Amino acid sequence: MGVIKFAWGLVCVIFLMGPLLVILPIAFNAGSFMVLPIEGWSLRWFTVLFTDPAWRLSIWNSLIVGVASSALATVLGTLAALGLRGHFGLPMTLTRIAFLLPMATPAVVLGVGMQLVYARIGLSSSYAGVIVGHAVLSIPLTILSVAAALASVDRTAERAAASLGAAPPKVLWLVTLPMALPGIVTGFVFAFANSLDEVVLTIFLAGPNQRTLAQQMFLQLRDNLSPAIAAAAFSFIIATVCVGVTGLWLRHRNAARSR
Amino acid sequence: MTGSRTLGIRAFALVLPLILFLALFFVWPLVSIATTAVSDNEVARAFPNLGRVIDEWDGVSPPTPAMQEALVADIRETAQTAMGDAVRRLNTQTSGFRSLFGRTQQAVERAEGAVDLPSIDERWEDPVFWNTIRSALPPYTTRFLLGALDLQRGEAGVEAMPPDQSVHRQVFLRTIGISALVTLFCALIGLPFAMLLAVTTGWVRQVLMAAVLLPMWTSVLVRCMAWLIILQKDGVMAEIIRTLSGLREAVPLLFTRTGVLIAMTHVMLPFMILSIYSVLIAMPKSLMMAAASMGARPLAAFRTVLLPLAMPGIVSGALLVFMTSLGFYILPALLGGGDDQLISSFVANYAIRQANWSLASALGLVLLIVTVAIFALYQRLSDRLARR
Repeated sequence: MGVIKFAWGLVCVIFLMGPLLVILPIAFNAGSFMVLPIEGWSLRWFTVLFTDPAWRLSIWNSLIVGVASSALATVLGTLAALGLRGHFGLPMTLTRIAFLLPMATPAVVLGVGMQLVYARIGLSSSYAGVIVGHAVLSIPLTILSVAAALASVDRTAERAAASLGAAPPKVLWLVTLPMALPGIVTGFVFAFANSLDEVVLTIFLAGPNQRTLAQQMFLQLRDNLSPAIAAAAFSFIIATVCVGVTGLWLRHRNAARSR
Repeated sequence: MTGSRTLGIRAFALVLPLILFLALFFVWPLVSIATTAVSDNEVARAFPNLGRVIDEWDGVSPPTPAMQEALVADIRETAQTAMGDAVRRLNTQTSGFRSLFGRTQQAVERAEGAVDLPSIDERWEDPVFWNTIRSALPPYTTRFLLGALDLQRGEAGVEAMPPDQSVHRQVFLRTIGISALVTLFCALIGLPFAMLLAVTTGWVRQVLMAAVLLPMWTSVLVRCMAWLIILQKDGVMAEIIRTLSGLREAVPLLFTRTGVLIAMTHVMLPFMILSIYSVLIAMPKSLMMAAASMGARPLAAFRTVLLPLAMPGIVSGALLVFMTSLGFYILPALLGGGDDQLISSFVANYAIRQANWSLASALGLVLLIVTVAIFALYQRLSDRLARR
């Protein structure tokens, strides 16, 4: 029995992790093709990634869109989570579900709809348009993570501050927000990761000047398979691990503090 | 400050920015899709004058002088491109319309003042052509929605389109079939793995958990690329299959249904595992031991104790996987062949390549309705789970 369990676990772990491990050697391939085994080790594709104008532009675009859309989603999500805090009942459930709906909507459907609207209000192929689109998709993530953080904020601390004469905005600024900060940061980080990853909506909303890194990877994967994509993917994986570790560390720190 | 069932003014003010933002950039786009899917003003835009007078006509007697006058005015006033679109559209409904109209347009341009239409072409005596225009004048239509389901409005009401024109129903069935298979594979692999995850402790659980979380956090695009490398001709997978089966020939995997299923299962598996795991971890460990101590064989204990308890997790995981799979676009686009594309890629094609926004919206609307229905089920289920 133990052997079967072990074998099953091993097979599953290989299935889940194998694809991620395959990318690593290809990113450092000295040859020009995405095949295993690689011809030799080199950093040439990372050089391409960070010097080629098209790749560089897409990296900048991803950073601009990522930071701006995450900031927008975090501000809107935090305000809403503060407003919805402590409310129950059917209307609240419905409100929450309405705010989570963007997560369930197929990206292609939202893409078509946003393009229809953008054509009317003149946001087609603009940075603002892409940023707003990514923010719509990220808002559920920021609401969920801030709401979870607020749920664990100790109300007695706020009441103590209020009874000592702090006005509500001051309580919010000096007590509630600092205590919810790990959740807000986590929400921002998840929103950023989500924006970095987003392709489908971007295809609909971005013009050639707003092409993001993920979109550039998608187009390259479809048209020509250069190991530069693997170098970009490697950077993605490293970023993912960093984000994941940061998230776990924040949660751990938060848990340790509230203990 | 205790929990309350109504929103105060302060709370409402905090939520308001988000409501406005989502109303503008989420609700409005979806409403635009719904209206674009049912609106059809090509003809109404081209015949504004005729639209005002044709309702007074009984539909069987010869056209009235007022109608003729209005039609001539429309021919003179409407821009050439708008009229061309309208005529092309009317010609699909009644053949011969294009030739009749071309002839009439030339005659009207040559003449000045009032024109007698039947003297240009006697077909204008026939109420059929006038009725064609009249039936196309209302700004709303079910044509595109019916078209999305391979239906059309014929003389005897709604009927199926000829087989050579019907592609959508097949694509919907394919989308549902592939999503169902992916859901099944995820459940079959995910349940035993989640059970394993729930009984292990220490570093083994850490490793297993990392194997679930790392792929889940990794970009779908990156995973597509990995599968592109693994599945390609003479790739890693082909090598494994060759070693295991002893086959000499390479089995094609990239750009096939098999490849798409493998990669989609890989993308969705972590969600299924976590969904089942969250239920199993809440289950008392002693339960299975109790079943065993009372004489249940492992298989019987699994079937009568563990499976029923894990079922809510399996069902909510299955709904999540199925719902997400329905909307897949970039993975089949990169790893599948022409016959493996799902409904999303047809929506994208109609919108981006053909600029056929009406059909793209109609197909998208059908996909949206199905997805939201499943999402509602999923929410109800996870609500009930959370309340337990």
